[in-house]
Amino acid sequence: MASDRSGAAVEPAVAGEAPATVARVRPSPWPEVPRPVRVARIVIGVVLAVAALYAPLYFEPDVNRLLSQAIYIAIAAMGLNLLTGFNGQVSIGHGAFFGVGAFTSAILIVDHGWTFEATIPVSAALTGVLGLLVGIPALRVRGLYLALVTLGLAVLFPRITQKYVDGTGGVPLLRPSRREFASLIEGLDDDQWAYYLCLAIMALLFVLAWNLVRGRVGRAMIAVRDQELAATTVGVNLAATKVGTFAVSAAYAGVAGSLSVMVDKLADGTNPILYFQRSIEFLVAMVIGGTATILGPAVGALVLVLLRHNTQDLIEGKEILAPALFGAALIVIVFVLPEGLVGGVRRLLLRLGQRTSARGRAPTAP
Amino acid sequence: MQLFLSQVINGVGNGVVFATVALALVLIFRTTRVLNFAQGEMALFSAYISWKLTTFDLPVWVAIGISMAIAFVAGAVIERTLIRPMEGHSPLNVVIITLGLFLGLNALVQLIFGTDPQSMPSPFPKGSVSFIADTRVQKVTIGLMVVLLVECAALWLLLNRTTLGLKLRAVASNPDSARLHGIRAGSMLMFGWAISAAIGALAGSLVASERAALDASLMQVVLVYALAAAALGGFDSIWGAVVSGLVVGVADALTIQYVDALDGIEVVLPLGLILVVLVVMPNGLFGKRTVERV
Repeated sequence: MASDRSGAAVEPAVAGEAPATVARVRPSPWPEVPRPVRVARIVIGVVLAVAALYAPLYFEPDVNRLLSQAIYIAIAAMGLNLLTGFNGQVSIGHGAFFGVGAFTSAILIVDHGWTFEATIPVSAALTGVLGLLVGIPALRVRGLYLALVTLGLAVLFPRITQKYVDGTGGVPLLRPSRREFASLIEGLDDDQWAYYLCLAIMALLFVLAWNLVRGRVGRAMIAVRDQELAATTVGVNLAATKVGTFAVSAAYAGVAGSLSVMVDKLADGTNPILYFQRSIEFLVAMVIGGTATILGPAVGALVLVLLRHNTQDLIEGKEILAPALFGAALIVIVFVLPEGLVGGVRRLLLRLGQRTSARGRAPTAP
Repeated sequence: MQLFLSQVINGVGNGVVFATVALALVLIFRTTRVLNFAQGEMALFSAYISWKLTTFDLPVWVAIGISMAIAFVAGAVIERTLIRPMEGHSPLNVVIITLGLFLGLNALVQLIFGTDPQSMPSPFPKGSVSFIADTRVQKVTIGLMVVLLVECAALWLLLNRTTLGLKLRAVASNPDSARLHGIRAGSMLMFGWAISAAIGALAGSLVASERAALDASLMQVVLVYALAAAALGGFDSIWGAVVSGLVVGVADALTIQYVDALDGIEVVLPLGLILVVLVVMPNGLFGKRTVERV
């Protein structure tokens, strides 16, 4: 830890690297953003938005389902990113919050006849409160130990469903009927409707996260991550920041869980390590895409889903290759591209930006 | 009374297993301050190597010995190539790498050795001996106990009575000062991982022979209990890990027998234990108190 801090303090002294460091810590346009970066940002944004909106009309239902899966994983990964990437609290228990969201929706639909859309806020609220409850003891445990406690959550959750959830045949597996998720818009097929609903919620939650990390709260979160003690001396409320982040982060995972019920048409508690695997998936998506970036979780989730889909049938129906690749990807990314794909691209753009601005303009005072 | 006693003995049997894995965790933590989430899967891999060797008609103990030797080297290699470069980075990086190892090794086991459950021969004699009040103790349990005690004594001697152990501890408590005293900190960290991997190999092989079947999910639950034991013991103390392993095992067996409310979710117990210990006594029952400086 000690050398970590000194490392962070030394970094800005390297002249060429300084803007990259600033951008990593504060993903926001306050500092002077070089023009090519701004242009690239807008172009990338427009292209992505058009592609995301047009995709479900172009692809088959199977692909749309895959893309919808990527979206809910992205939402959960963004939740984890707020907690781990921006606030520095390691969690490998987000699968449990995801599961709570999924089962909340499934139970409300199957047993109580709710419409699906109405269950999403309930999931968010419930997992938010749960996150609050977990966040409080998390104040006492840090770093590796927190990872340990949250690991426990993910291991525990499927057993709780096995004990308390009674699906058909006593198996903790709930399958809401297909009709519950029928399209609410004339002219859209069910899979397209599911995709657009997921996409809209993701857009909402990502903009929310973006605004959150750019504002006062976000600065507090980042300050707590980088230097807990120093943050308290400048008046950051440590407990409120950490517990609050935990709650928001858990709620993201809960919403993702709800959406997974719509996309996959089931909430599954039969596999004892499924929700641990989910936790790892969110971590993989976050790390591959880029920790502490806004677009990272989405990019990572897309990579993850495509990788999983394209490798699962390579070895006779066994889904072994995907976890092996994810394991390798985690290690490689930490070594080669610690800021993930999005962080890497951003660094590249910034470097290009510096070069052109240094050539094109007379130096101005910052 | 007899039921109680036999449950306690049952618990001790499991507890010995938890204790051996906890021992490996504690050893890595003591020497390198890393919590190795891949410990269980490293042990699993070694267990498979032992099993594979026994299928070539090697005696069980020889197979386990060879597997420990392989694990010793592999542990050192993993430390040098994957963990060392992360020195001075945030703990998240190490967590991610050990989780990557966890995923990768688990998948690799299935790719190399197949997914069918295998049965590992036991190095201990079968049967049981009678114990007080008409209860019986499995010979396997006694055997595991003996191995555990020998292992502990050897480790304790190594760490507390040899120069090598002194160096290991010096590096663990303060790598920079240790370096100034001329200790090769890097080699010590590698050595720490190597021994820990070898102990893990022993633990994995014994667990595999004690359980009915050897498959890829063998170590995952064991790891949770072992982590609980390590947390209870304070992550820092060898004897703490052993005593806590036994405590966790016995508590688990008694919960299964007597607490109906937790039927099916016994794993609440180790997890609750981890949480309570970390929140109430972050140094565990046996750990040393540390003062944090800024």
